[in-house]
Amino acid sequence: MTDLTEFKQQTTEWLEANCPASMRKIQIRSEGVFGGKQFTFPSDDAKLWFDLMVDKGWTAPQWAKEYGGAGLSNDEAKILNKEMDRLGCRKPLIGHGLWMLGPALLEYGTEAQKLEHLPKIARGEIRWCQGYSEPGSGSDLASLRCKAEDLGDHYLLNGQKSWTSDGDKADWIFCLVRTNDEGIKQEGITFVLFDMDTPGITVRPVPLITGESHFCDTFLDNVKVPKDQVVGEIGKGWSVAKALLVHERTMMADIEKNMPKPKYSVDDYAKNYLASDDNGRLDDGLIRDRLAEHMMRDSAIKLTQKRAFEEGMAGDFDMRVATIFKYIGTEEKTQKDTLITDMMGMAGAGWDNENFSVDEQTKTHEWMSNKALTIAGGSSEVQLNVISKRALGLPEI
Amino acid sequence: MPLALNEEQRMLRDTARDFLQDNAPVGLMRQLRDDDNVKGYSEDLWQQMIDMGWPAVAIPEQYGGLGFGFVGVGAILQEAGKTLANSPFFNTVALGAAAIIHGGNEQQQADLLPKIAHGEMRLALAHEESNHHKSSRIECQCIINENQLTINGCKQFVAEGGNADLLIVSLRSQPTSKSAAGITLALVDPKTPGITVKKITMIDSRNYVHIDFSNVTISTDNILGKAHHGLALLDKTLDHGRICLAAEMLGGAQAMLDKTVEYLKDREQFGRKIGAFQALQHRAAKMFAELEIAKSAVIHALSAIDHDEDLAMVASTAKTLANDTYRLITDEAVQMHGGIGLTDEMDVGFYLKRCRVSIQSLGDSGFHKNRFATIQHF
Repeated sequence: MTDLTEFKQQTTEWLEANCPASMRKIQIRSEGVFGGKQFTFPSDDAKLWFDLMVDKGWTAPQWAKEYGGAGLSNDEAKILNKEMDRLGCRKPLIGHGLWMLGPALLEYGTEAQKLEHLPKIARGEIRWCQGYSEPGSGSDLASLRCKAEDLGDHYLLNGQKSWTSDGDKADWIFCLVRTNDEGIKQEGITFVLFDMDTPGITVRPVPLITGESHFCDTFLDNVKVPKDQVVGEIGKGWSVAKALLVHERTMMADIEKNMPKPKYSVDDYAKNYLASDDNGRLDDGLIRDRLAEHMMRDSAIKLTQKRAFEEGMAGDFDMRVATIFKYIGTEEKTQKDTLITDMMGMAGAGWDNENFSVDEQTKTHEWMSNKALTIAGGSSEVQLNVISKRALGLPEI
Repeated sequence: MPLALNEEQRMLRDTARDFLQDNAPVGLMRQLRDDDNVKGYSEDLWQQMIDMGWPAVAIPEQYGGLGFGFVGVGAILQEAGKTLANSPFFNTVALGAAAIIHGGNEQQQADLLPKIAHGEMRLALAHEESNHHKSSRIECQCIINENQLTINGCKQFVAEGGNADLLIVSLRSQPTSKSAAGITLALVDPKTPGITVKKITMIDSRNYVHIDFSNVTISTDNILGKAHHGLALLDKTLDHGRICLAAEMLGGAQAMLDKTVEYLKDREQFGRKIGAFQALQHRAAKMFAELEIAKSAVIHALSAIDHDEDLAMVASTAKTLANDTYRLITDEAVQMHGGIGLTDEMDVGFYLKRCRVSIQSLGDSGFHKNRFATIQHF
């Protein structure tokens, strides 16, 4: 334990001495450091903080030193994380490479693949994107059809990928392709890596209802991928992808943790935008009812997460309950966004930044962008399937 | 505040589950109804509950209780809700004992709490005066004159009122109409001259009465809490009841969900188990999710009682979620059982009926959302 105590002390001292003050504030998405060939740092401090952390190997603290990490033990990494949280230090580097592909390569990659890709991820040299969904394969991802033809030393890829996050900004892609058309659909899928500069790739950003385009359509037209870029076994890409999904959830939780806390609570919007009588009672009885109901349900959902944790500690947790969180949490969140924008009236439907405040634009934007919550990462309908099978034991459809 | 049961509470829950499943299945309730049992509960069952020390669970140890708190009471009631087991337990403990623990003077506590703990005294709260639950709209009048208290008026829908050895009655002691001041709670022996008790039959087959007070005169020693300032005590007592009733309701909802899922796995139509139809699967999944979040609101509220926290918000949240969840699940249970769900032979209807009465008791969701919003100043 003395070693850990010493490590903690040194870590704290180093962080306090080296983390710039501006890097200890909550960051918004546009301030995130994603790395990659096209990336420009949002500030000098962000660049300084990034360089210092790369030198320490602390962008990927648990990866071995030869992979660009610091080779920290579990306990040491926990201490580093906790201290960074405590001091409010931003993550020096974020993104798909670090959070998703890295852990998958460590588990399934060859030594050559690890040595080729991991250091570049840890040093933020290469930015990665994910090629999973296709126009015909969303919730039913395993039905994907992007074709990989075996031509001896390489595969020839033809097909289309959709929802490629920041595909226009990424340098490399990890991608699911079909190497076998026969048998069970999950078994003909292979996990491959390739350079986005490979001839035959066209990337087209897709404008969303919010006006942003984080996602791209990626067209693959006779794209050559060397066979040494297959991760895991040929035809076993589904297992790699499933393992990665776990990391995706960790990533989402990490992003959530670093998000700025909302300026107003939901009932503030009622007071700011709606008329009340002399006793402070909202004139709109229906909104009043919806607001009370939302606040009650929101507290019950949060209490359920806390209860699950406590019952787990007490050894009295019914594992089936874990199946409800994605469904009920995201459904209530979208209800909340609808309620807030309803309370704002026309101010919850504004677009320009002259007539509407930053907060108004943000809320309207959230109402649109959070529609994705009940769709991405397993839609509500898929979640209900999971609850009915795993929690209730109802038969296959 | 803890949201998980500790080891003692889990043991109490498991004991209650085993005992009630074995000794008070829905069949017992059905029998009581078929026999037109006036009491609405089985004396034998109540005696066994007393022998196991249940009425003593929330009574402080100094008064012969077990000092287990209301999380324990909730655990028992949740199990009782599963089999629709009725007894004087809820009204005596969740309303009666709660009022005396929080409002009784030393004499009243020393006199009454040991009797409750030993199962020698059954209580009921005589409060409602209309079809809808209200906290402070009380017209049943009392005049306090020196050391005497004279009561005139009517109380309606008094649960377990026909079985009670002692009534707690909410009264308007100052004619200030609707204001919060001027409310007094009193302990009244139902055998006092001037009291007329009229039995009414409700769809859940439990014991309810209307009570008429005509120049009922009792000593001021029977005032519970402070004269004219009884509203806070009344609200606190009602909150205990709301939270504990919510626990019972979740037990009923759990049983209905379990029975319905079982039916979906058994019943075949169109050549397959109806549980294989996604239209039913998703609805069943929603019932499960709703029930789990309601459970958290209820255990949180029970825990709040034991930690002496403010109860208004948590009680209204717990009762609202229990109301909405129990209704969703019993309505869906009938629908998913199809025609057979409407037959008296199935137990489903018993839960549907109990659900309707419990929603209306101690505040429906409209009442509680309004209360919540008022407390939150919106």
